[in-house]
Amino acid sequence: MCEGDDVTPHDPAAAARRQALSVAVPTGLYGVSFGALSVAAGLTVPQTMALSLLMFSGGSQFAFIGVIGAGGAMGAAVASAALLGARNGLYGAQLTPLLDLPWRWRPVAAQLTIDESTAVATAQGTRTAARVGFWWTGVGVFVLWNLFTLLGALVGDRLGDPRAYGLDAAAAAAFLALVWPRLAGRTAQGVAAAAVVVALATTPLLPTGIPVLLAALVAVVVGLVTDDRPPEVRG
Amino acid sequence: MSALWGAVLLAGLVCLAIKLAGHVLPEHWLAQPRVARVAGLVTVALLSALVAVQTATTGDDVVVDARLPALAVAALALVLRAPFVVVVVLAAAAAAGLRLLGMP
Repeated sequence: MCEGDDVTPHDPAAAARRQALSVAVPTGLYGVSFGALSVAAGLTVPQTMALSLLMFSGGSQFAFIGVIGAGGAMGAAVASAALLGARNGLYGAQLTPLLDLPWRWRPVAAQLTIDESTAVATAQGTRTAARVGFWWTGVGVFVLWNLFTLLGALVGDRLGDPRAYGLDAAAAAAFLALVWPRLAGRTAQGVAAAAVVVALATTPLLPTGIPVLLAALVAVVVGLVTDDRPPEVRG
Repeated sequence: MSALWGAVLLAGLVCLAIKLAGHVLPEHWLAQPRVARVAGLVTVALLSALVAVQTATTGDDVVVDARLPALAVAALALVLRAPFVVVVVLAAAAAAGLRLLGMP
């Protein structure tokens, strides 16, 4: 027995909406850790909110406050955030044909273009579902991320010594959790190991913030020289 | 306006401009496999370097303190597929606990 076409037990748009919310809620929640870590790094509550509202990209935001908190130069903080945000530009290129938006909506879609909204949109089987997935995830994360950033910043502001609460370790764990899903494959693992070595080996020699940028250069070199080989050898 | 405010706004605007570029530039400019691979690896390298610096450095010194075992706790939580916020909270609790016990 086949199910009739008039009965649709599986509505792709509804499924995309459910998936969007299941991604947006936990992602938004960890805005609380960003807010707390940002004020611990020395930013004010309004500066912290400006990052979540304007920059709105977890990796870039954590990188920015990481460099500032360690006492690095402003330029190094801006460069780290921009380099980590580079992938969002590539996501936009993936999303443009799926969303097919009029020009006036593109700045809004651009601001909502992050790991999560791209992942949900590109995982859908139909274009309608992809659009539903993109907007629900993007708006959902944006609203929750900013609300929870504010909560974290207000709480963090009253905590006192961040080390006593292990917030410095929490920042390290946040970076580890961000990189974890990207470590499938030998090339990525090799680049990660090389980045760690380069960053630690050059820390005593270079100004704060620069070792991290130097590690990015390793990735550019590896990415270019491995160009003509088979894409990934699974580890 | 302080230098930090300037950096916050500049970094925010640069990140927004990068996102916008993806939506308005001709698609084929960014759709090359080489560009995608380099961008993916740069993300991995930056985040990995930030893990290392955030865990094992203070200023210009490489140090081992409560952050390292806390990071191991975070890694274990990730192996067990714990959600992001749980990973972060467990690492903080581990470091705070070890410092209560006297570890630097």
